[in-house]
Amino acid sequence: MYRYDAFDRSIVHRRVAEFRNQTRRFLAGELTEDEFRPLRLRNGLYIQKHAPMLRIAIPYGLLSTRQLRALATIARRYDRGYGHFTTRQNLQLNWPALVDVPEILNDLAEVEMHAIQTSGNCIRNTTSDHFAGVAADEIVDPRPYCELIRQWSTLNPEFSFLPRKFKIAVSGATTDRAATLVHDIGLHALRGEDGGVGFRVIVGGGLGRTPMVGHVIHDFVPEAELLNYLDAILRVYNRYGRRDNIYKARIKILVKERTPTRFAEEVEAEWAHLAGGPNTVPEGEIARLAAHFEAPAYESLPPVDSGYRAARADNRAFERWVERNVFAHKVPGYAAVTLSLKKTGVPPGDVTSEQMEAIADLADTLSFGELRVSHEQNLILSDVRQRDLFELWSSLRTLGLATPNIGLLTDIICCPGGDFCSLANAKSIPIAEAIQRQFDDLDYLHDIGELDLNISGCMNACGHHHVGNIGILGVDKNGAEWYQVSIGGAQGKHAALGKVIGPSFAAHQMPAVIARLINVYIARRSEEETFSDTVRRVGIEPFKEHVYAEAHQA
Amino acid sequence: MPKLIKHDRVIDDAWTLLGADAAAGDVPATGPVLVPLRLWQAERSALLARGEIGVWLAPDEEPAKLAADVAQLPVIAVDFPKFGDGRGFSTARLLRERYGFAGELRAVGDIFRDQLFYLRECGFDAFAVRSDLDPERELAGLTAFDRVYTASTHTPHPWFRERVTRVAEAAPRDVWFPCG
Repeated sequence: MYRYDAFDRSIVHRRVAEFRNQTRRFLAGELTEDEFRPLRLRNGLYIQKHAPMLRIAIPYGLLSTRQLRALATIARRYDRGYGHFTTRQNLQLNWPALVDVPEILNDLAEVEMHAIQTSGNCIRNTTSDHFAGVAADEIVDPRPYCELIRQWSTLNPEFSFLPRKFKIAVSGATTDRAATLVHDIGLHALRGEDGGVGFRVIVGGGLGRTPMVGHVIHDFVPEAELLNYLDAILRVYNRYGRRDNIYKARIKILVKERTPTRFAEEVEAEWAHLAGGPNTVPEGEIARLAAHFEAPAYESLPPVDSGYRAARADNRAFERWVERNVFAHKVPGYAAVTLSLKKTGVPPGDVTSEQMEAIADLADTLSFGELRVSHEQNLILSDVRQRDLFELWSSLRTLGLATPNIGLLTDIICCPGGDFCSLANAKSIPIAEAIQRQFDDLDYLHDIGELDLNISGCMNACGHHHVGNIGILGVDKNGAEWYQVSIGGAQGKHAALGKVIGPSFAAHQMPAVIARLINVYIARRSEEETFSDTVRRVGIEPFKEHVYAEAHQA
Repeated sequence: MPKLIKHDRVIDDAWTLLGADAAAGDVPATGPVLVPLRLWQAERSALLARGEIGVWLAPDEEPAKLAADVAQLPVIAVDFPKFGDGRGFSTARLLRERYGFAGELRAVGDIFRDQLFYLRECGFDAFAVRSDLDPERELAGLTAFDRVYTASTHTPHPWFRERVTRVAEAAPRDVWFPCG
């Protein structure tokens, strides 16, 4: 993974010093609340319901075990001994004290981490494919380009005060595992006819209050021009994005108002001035960055380990876990393993300090000392030998991290919701738990098959409810918490936004509502069809009818 | 006399800034004065004849409108009505890099130490910090960082173009994979 040099280190340390000074001025009354807010936000510090919340950047979801141990220590020393992994591959601490935050940032800097631009109206942490570098369907490893973008965007002087937050996602594989179509900018790394790397550029996607799927504005920007092209997009957005209304300030609104074609023309015109300029990336820099992501020293192994094959045949529970949580690796004899942070009764994405330390030990022993965070809020050991999988599974079971539910209904994406977040209209964690309890029969869960169920506590959509095959949105009705249900959403290359099925429900109705949706699917599905396929084929009406007809009778 | 941070130190500021609604009659007979773009466009030749004239731009005003005037204006100011309104950063870079303005580029409005570094990177060399603040103290903002990664007006090369030589000289052990 990327290792800091003296300059990288100096940037994060100067940032810590700057924030220490800003915090001191705020506590001394030299900065007003209004003045301090944008300054603390761009260091990832929110003021929440109960306490400040600190969002720590995990650039494109990549973590070393040293970093994970440091996070465990920080969570124990300054918080309540746990952290929450988010849909943007970051880690949130829910209970730090404001006065401690400069110290936390300092501890992070010691392990080459920071909270720079994890919030505020600036370019946020760049996200990517959690299987980058190991997926068999990878065309280009996106990580060197993610790091290039991280550096370009860090404290970018022209784009630090944008109309609104700005999120970039990069994918380099055939399957889009980075939700690139619902980001402000989505980039698909490709190879051109001559083998050179370039990027398909998608703008104006996003969730939130006005969900939209992005538009392709360029088919192939050569890698050398990537930063110039991004500068051009950001400049058009910084100058013309709306600043009069916070709800219309994202780039998607600008793209829509101008039309994607006209927006693309403006970007091209700006790019014409910038192309070939100082930010043109030399080949040597791309090679320098790529060298940080060179493959670890894989052993030469048979494609299928015999002990592993035997264990799968002998042990139903292990086999089930392999089916759901083990992902094919491009190197024979290896696998990528998802550690489920979706055990029933634990808020989705939450991990204790003890678990972090145990995971770090496992990653050191079994996976070259690195791990990844997925935007589905799980952790991944990316390079495990097949012959170690049984041992890993046994350890993970003890830790409560081996729930065999990746990609299934109970692998719920869920924001912190009303339990923590001051923006939320409704709680989301208890809804996730109630649904997980409703579907606690593993046979039934596996029979239902692949299904993304996403929950957001408000229309800011941190839980990506629009792109869930089933999406749940917390809404406020006269001060009471209600839940609106949509179906038909999808992420990936065929990203689609779900449609609301009708009037919202009370919290206690939600498990039954989900059960009814599943009943319709089970009754209507044809062979091999996923929930999402069935919805696409039969439409939302049959689901709607059943859910509301039953509700009347109940 | 009001103070101004210019070229990284505090000096007296002789310029008067006329508000957005100023008319020709509001321009004082003598003394350096900054006029709004609209007034400049309406009274260009008279103002040029008077001399000691600068123009200030609101965040939504196109810097291209001053493209033909850059050689004749000693000062251009860009207004930041709110700390969070970042349009002026792009305005500054365009004035410097695209239209070749070489005179004093001044940030005015809700300006305090926490933007100064970013403003200077984008080409501003003068800062009229908010009048309730002590400019001597606000100067600290200019040294928050030495530079950042990306290229900008003040730092014409991105760090990746300087990295090899500078890092090699400063700390050879820290060069992980020097590029050619």
